[in-house]
Amino acid sequence: MSEKKVKRREFIFTATYAVGAVGVGATIWPLIDQMNPDASVKALASTEVDISNVERGQSITVLWRGKPVFIRRRTEEEISKAKEVDLKDLKHPERDEDRAKNPEWLVMLGVCTHLGCVPLGDTGEYGGWFCPCHGSHYDTSGRIRKGPAPTNMEVPKYEFVNNNIIKIG
Amino acid sequence: MSNHEYTPSSKFGKWFNDRLPLLTLGKHLTDYPTPKNLNYWWTFGGILTFCLITQIVTGLILAMHYVAHADLAFGSVEHIMRNVNYGWLIRYTHANGASMFFLAVYIHIFRSLYYGSYKSPREIIWILGMIIYILMMAAAFMGYVLPWGQMSFWGATVITNLFSAIPLIGESIVTWLWGGYSVDNPTLTRFFSLHYLIPFLILGLVVLHIWALHVPGNNNPIGIDLKKPSKDTVPFHPYIVIKDLFALLIFLIIFAFFVFYSPNILGHADNYIEANPMVTPAHIVPEWYLLPFYAILRSVPDKLLGVIAMFGALFILVILPWLDTSRTRSAIFRPLYKQFYWFLVADVLILGYVGAMPAEGIYLLVARVATAYYFAHFLIILPVLSRKEKVLDVPLSITEPVLGGSVSASALKQKKDKL
Repeated sequence: MSEKKVKRREFIFTATYAVGAVGVGATIWPLIDQMNPDASVKALASTEVDISNVERGQSITVLWRGKPVFIRRRTEEEISKAKEVDLKDLKHPERDEDRAKNPEWLVMLGVCTHLGCVPLGDTGEYGGWFCPCHGSHYDTSGRIRKGPAPTNMEVPKYEFVNNNIIKIG
Repeated sequence: MSNHEYTPSSKFGKWFNDRLPLLTLGKHLTDYPTPKNLNYWWTFGGILTFCLITQIVTGLILAMHYVAHADLAFGSVEHIMRNVNYGWLIRYTHANGASMFFLAVYIHIFRSLYYGSYKSPREIIWILGMIIYILMMAAAFMGYVLPWGQMSFWGATVITNLFSAIPLIGESIVTWLWGGYSVDNPTLTRFFSLHYLIPFLILGLVVLHIWALHVPGNNNPIGIDLKKPSKDTVPFHPYIVIKDLFALLIFLIIFAFFVFYSPNILGHADNYIEANPMVTPAHIVPEWYLLPFYAILRSVPDKLLGVIAMFGALFILVILPWLDTSRTRSAIFRPLYKQFYWFLVADVLILGYVGAMPAEGIYLLVARVATAYYFAHFLIILPVLSRKEKVLDVPLSITEPVLGGSVSASALKQKKDKL
C-alpha cells in the first residue's frame, strides 16, 4: 500500500468517528434534556398574592414554583436592626435597601441556602430566621449570619401590582 | 472457571451442556473449593444475596399497588397497609428489609476490613462491592422518598441539594434532577423509575462480584493463599451451603423480630405525615445506615467542603487496597492494625450516634474529631502501619494452626517459642 492511501484511510476513519460522535451526542441529548423542567412546570412561573390582611410584625408564606416564599411586613425595630448592621460583619454582604425595595415588606424565598430546608420565623440568634436542619441563623433581612449556609436567602423577582397585591415571578 | 472437564451422566444433559454449559457451571458452584476454616462472619455473602432477592420480590409486589404521583402516593401506601391482602406484611418486610440489608452489608464490609479481604489479588471484588454499596445507598434513598411523607420529601430536598454545592453548574444540575424548581411530582416519578432499575443493576454487579471471587477463591481467617483443592479446602456444597443456611435462619429470626414486633422502630413518625413543601420537620435525620456519612457532612462548616468530605469518605474506601499495602492480610497477625481496626469500628459507631443528634455543642465537636480520625485512619495510620508494623509469623497452611490448637496470636507465639 502506498503512503498516500494510508493517509486517505486515516482521514476516512477520523471523519467517521467525528460524524458518529456528533450523531451519538445528538441522539443522547433528548434523553438527558427530558429530565429538565417541562412546559407545564415552566408555565407556573408567576403568582399574585393579596397582602392586605398582613399586619406589622406578621408574615405569610405562599407557594411559588413549589417553593415557599416568605412575605414579611417588618416592624420599625426590625428594619432599623437590619439597616444598622455593618456590611463587614456579613458573610454575604448585601445592603438591606437592596433586598427590600419597600423596607416595610421583605419578600424572599423561604429556602435555606444550605440544603433547602424551610427556616423557622421569629427565632434564631439574630431575631430573624433559624433553619432547624443544620443550624443556620438569618437576620431580620434574611441574611446569613451564622451556620453552614453560604449565602443570604434569595430575593425573587417581584413587583407591587398595587398597594394590596404583590406579583412574584 | 473449572479446571476439570465435566461430563453430564444423562444423554440429554450431555446434549444440552454441549450447547449451553449450564451444568458445568452448576458443577463448578457445588464443587467450588472453599477454605475449611471459614467462620460465621463469612456467611454474610449468602445472607446478602437473600436480602437482595427479598427486596426485589417484595418491591415487585408493592409496585403492583403503589401509585407514583405526588397527589396519590401517600394514600396508595396507606391503601397497601390497610386494604391490600397482606399488604402490611409485604411493605414492612420491604422497609425493614432495607435496614437488614444494610446491617448485613456493614458486617460483610467490616469482616473484609478485619481479614484483609480487599488486598491483592481481590481488589476488583472489593471495588465491585463498593459500587454495589453505593448503589444500595442510592436505591435506599430513592425508595424512602416514594411514600411521600414529610421525611421522604425533606430527605429528598436535602440530599438533592448536596449537588447544588458544585460550583457554577450546581443549580442547573439540581433543577435537572428535580425536573422543576423544587422536589415535586416529576422528582417522584423519576425516583420511582430509578428505584425499580437499581436492584437489577446490583444483581448484575453481584454476579460479577461472585465471578471475581471465584477466580482467586475465598480469603480466610488466617489470610493465606491456599492450594485448591487441597487438605485445606472443602467443597462449597454441602459444607458451606449448610453453614450459610444456618446463619441465614438466625438472621431471619432478627429480621422477623423487626417485621412483626417493631416494624416502625427504625423509621420516623414524621413520615406518616403527608409531604408538605411549606413546613420542614424540626429534626431531619436520615435512616440509621446513612448516619455516619451525614455526621461527616455536618461536621464541616463549609457547604462545598462538607459535600466533598462526605463523598470522600466513600471514595477513600474504594482506593483502600492501595492505602493499606501490608502483605499480611489477616488482622490476627497484625497486632497494631487489629487495635486500630477496633478504633475505626468505634469511630464509625460514634459518627453514627452524633449523626442522629442535633449538630450543635458537644455533638458537633465530637463529630469533628471523629471525622478527622476517620480520614486519619485511612490516609495516615494505614500507610504508616503498612511500612512500620512488625507482623507475626503467618502459618503456611490452615492445618498447621488447627492441629496446634488455637489460631490466636498468643498460641502461635508460644508454638514459635517452643520451636
